[in-house]
Amino acid sequence: MTRELLEGNFAMAEASVRAGVEAYFGYPITPQTEVLEWMSHRMPELGRAFLQAESEVAAINMVYGAACTGARVMSSSSSPGVSLMMEGLSYIAGTELPVVLIDVVRGGPGLGNIAPSQGDYNQIVHGGGHGDYFPIVLAPASIQEAIDLTVLSFDLAEKYRAITVVMADGSIGQMMEPAELPPMQPVKTTRPDWAVAGAEGRERRVLTSIYLKPEEEEVTNYRLVERMFQIQANEIRYREYYLDDAEFVVIGFGTAGRVALSAVRSARAEGIHVGLFRPITLSPFPSTQIESLAKHTQAMLVVEMNTGQMLDDVRLAIKGQVPVEFYGRLGGMVPFPDEILDEIHRMVRGPLPPDGDPRKRWMLRFTPGRV
Amino acid sequence: MDTIAPAQPAQTVYVRPSSLTDTPMHYCPGCTHGVAHRLIAEVMDEMEIREKTIGVAPVGCSVFAYNYFNCDFVEAAHGRAPAMATGIKRVLPDRIVFAYQGDGDLASIGMGEIMHAAGRGENITVIFINNAIYGMTGGQMAPTTLPGQKTTSSPNGRDVEQMGFPLHMSEVLAKMEGSGYIVRRSLHDPKNIRLAKKAIRMAFETQMRGLGFSMVELLSTCPTNWGMTPVEALGWLEEHMIPVYPLEDFKVSSALTGLKF
Repeated sequence: MTRELLEGNFAMAEASVRAGVEAYFGYPITPQTEVLEWMSHRMPELGRAFLQAESEVAAINMVYGAACTGARVMSSSSSPGVSLMMEGLSYIAGTELPVVLIDVVRGGPGLGNIAPSQGDYNQIVHGGGHGDYFPIVLAPASIQEAIDLTVLSFDLAEKYRAITVVMADGSIGQMMEPAELPPMQPVKTTRPDWAVAGAEGRERRVLTSIYLKPEEEEVTNYRLVERMFQIQANEIRYREYYLDDAEFVVIGFGTAGRVALSAVRSARAEGIHVGLFRPITLSPFPSTQIESLAKHTQAMLVVEMNTGQMLDDVRLAIKGQVPVEFYGRLGGMVPFPDEILDEIHRMVRGPLPPDGDPRKRWMLRFTPGRV
Repeated sequence: MDTIAPAQPAQTVYVRPSSLTDTPMHYCPGCTHGVAHRLIAEVMDEMEIREKTIGVAPVGCSVFAYNYFNCDFVEAAHGRAPAMATGIKRVLPDRIVFAYQGDGDLASIGMGEIMHAAGRGENITVIFINNAIYGMTGGQMAPTTLPGQKTTSSPNGRDVEQMGFPLHMSEVLAKMEGSGYIVRRSLHDPKNIRLAKKAIRMAFETQMRGLGFSMVELLSTCPTNWGMTPVEALGWLEEHMIPVYPLEDFKVSSALTGLKF
């Protein structure tokens, strides 16, 4: 297949189509509306289900219904819309249904803005809907990765009967890059043995998230956490750059990781032994890998487009073995390589305190609103 | 035992529909949910659609409706049943999909979902149980609570100045071009129960024929939260609810003309 100049939102939508998605229910919200718009043209063209719902609340509940039939189904939204979907996502998780959600994160909280952000890490990775459940979260840093992870998300969702979120930020959604779409997969013709479709020639099936007896809910909750550990054992994904001889490690995901890579390359050109660790699965989180990196390095710098959300998962993983520093841009601001290069220089120069909150140190040297 | 008259074989005159399971219902004595469930099940049997029907249960006293119907069922979040039914019908358009909802589920938290399902002319059937109160949570005011009616959250009676007037969902939804069959019936006496069954049949026929959104609003009792005996409750419904919620046909698709059950 050929590489073409593709826009992120379009690419994720068409990748879903190629992965055999059978139904799309969504609602317009910047910066992901192009997903809805492409699907409004493409899905009916292929005889598949498309509906612009009256709200994200309605959309996620349509997804919930369609998922009960075992069909491949998805929605897409952005931060405020995803907040509206949290109830539905909790119900979907409680009913143990495969669902794919594309979340193109924007500045917040509240109405915020339409600029790129990573401010929803905690909401998505640590499960924003109520209850004990564990979504799979994939973070692309390029259009190609967005395509590949979107295709993967349907397989993971089905394999584990879990919600899989492709969490991009506004830049990934809006930018255009050369990338390759996969060939068209046929739509599935079989259905799982838990799906509802009309009880023809068989016992009826009921799909619900109610377990009125706490002892039964406990069994369900336990099953979900067991499944989470299975996912953790099998599905962790990340990319490593220049880590073989790295004395310092920068950690960033998505666009922050991508910008950090430019800074790391510049630092390498200056002779600094620095590398980049870029998590691709945010849930399951590559804790073990980050912990073993800590054993061989002097310090780590976490770069995020938020106030330090993945930062806490990194700190938990390394258990204070090495100093951790933090650099964040907030509210829709995207860091530039030179900012991160300055941070790498600072980290290398030292001295770095072994503990304390890295955010406070960052705040002492950072001016918000700096363009 | 010897008898003078010849023995005759026993004749079955009344039987549980096969679309109902053999499960004791948890509803209060005198609750009309049991009647509504049975009417739907009888219609499913008569139309022979049990094996291709998927039901959507609401949040409310009938949250466990799926324990009583012998067909595939899913459980919706509060108010979202029409959206869930839409998702199912859009991927399985040849199945019969119905949602069963109470007045809080449909007319309060679910107002957006029901309006748009009707607006889109979604080929689903909604059975709307209107008992003018929130049953499951212990008797609070509903959008359909009558002016002056006392509930646990309108202890001095519904004050229309503060809390507005009851909502007439059948009248409103009938105005949508996407609606194919919207009627209101009642479950307070045998005659009206028979008429209710006919309406439920017509609603499912509307769906079978792809004639748009169908709904049967069923005036129902809640003796427990109304603070009455079951018989008093039936009388209260007739005396107080019917004047506010007239039993009429609000929308009947012309393609249904001549259809009688």
